[in-house]
Amino acid sequence: MRYLTDRKRAEGKGAAGTGTEHAWYMKVSGVGLALIIPVFLVAFGRALGGDRAEVILALSHPAMAILTGLVIFFGLRHFASGAQTMIEDYSHGTTRRALIIAVLVLSYGLIATGLFALAKIAL
Amino acid sequence: MAETKQVERPLSPHLQIYRPQVTSISSILTRITGNALVVAAVMIVWWLLAASTSDAYFDLANAVVMSWFGKLVLVLSLWAVWYHYLAGLRHFYFDAGKGLDIPTAERLGWACIIGSVVLTGLTLLLI
Repeated sequence: MRYLTDRKRAEGKGAAGTGTEHAWYMKVSGVGLALIIPVFLVAFGRALGGDRAEVILALSHPAMAILTGLVIFFGLRHFASGAQTMIEDYSHGTTRRALIIAVLVLSYGLIATGLFALAKIAL
Repeated sequence: MAETKQVERPLSPHLQIYRPQVTSISSILTRITGNALVVAAVMIVWWLLAASTSDAYFDLANAVVMSWFGKLVLVLSLWAVWYHYLAGLRHFYFDAGKGLDIPTAERLGWACIIGSVVLTGLTLLLI
């Protein structure tokens, strides 16, 4: 018999290994994105299709630049967390770790590239 | 200090013997749409990078994004965003412990599917 409490034996054994933090982040980022996505879809849709000067003019408006930056950052963080949940559901061991790292590399790479491009356009 | 013991339980039937239900289909669609949106994210970030770089690079990226294939990806992604949006709201409702009885859950599933198509159409009209 091991002298461990039930709680001690259960800790860290969940699917994610990190308690409720991951699930809670999905809720919070989901609510945040729900507030800005409808406006972004229409504003960004209108910016699409113009020539380069028109696109730069539309994206350098402060409200549009801030909105786009928020969508790039939180959209891709929300994606990375959701994709991690999917990976944890379907894969195990080294494959699981490699896929989670790949998703993080891809999403942070896209965030950095997107914000760099946005800063160059808007400033 | 309970000991963990492996209990022999009956295996649940495999997924494929079930007739598709709107509840299960609308649930898996949430995951598919959410993850598939990374395609649009790659395309749009690349397009932004091109717009920030030069006229020649923008012309290339814009030609790809505005081609029939690029537009198809964008319209499907627009639907995916709206579907994921409504399904996310449904999740919040479920999290509050509401709408979990089968008739309501099925109605909510149809609301996500039909609502996402309607909202995609409305967005296309607005842009």
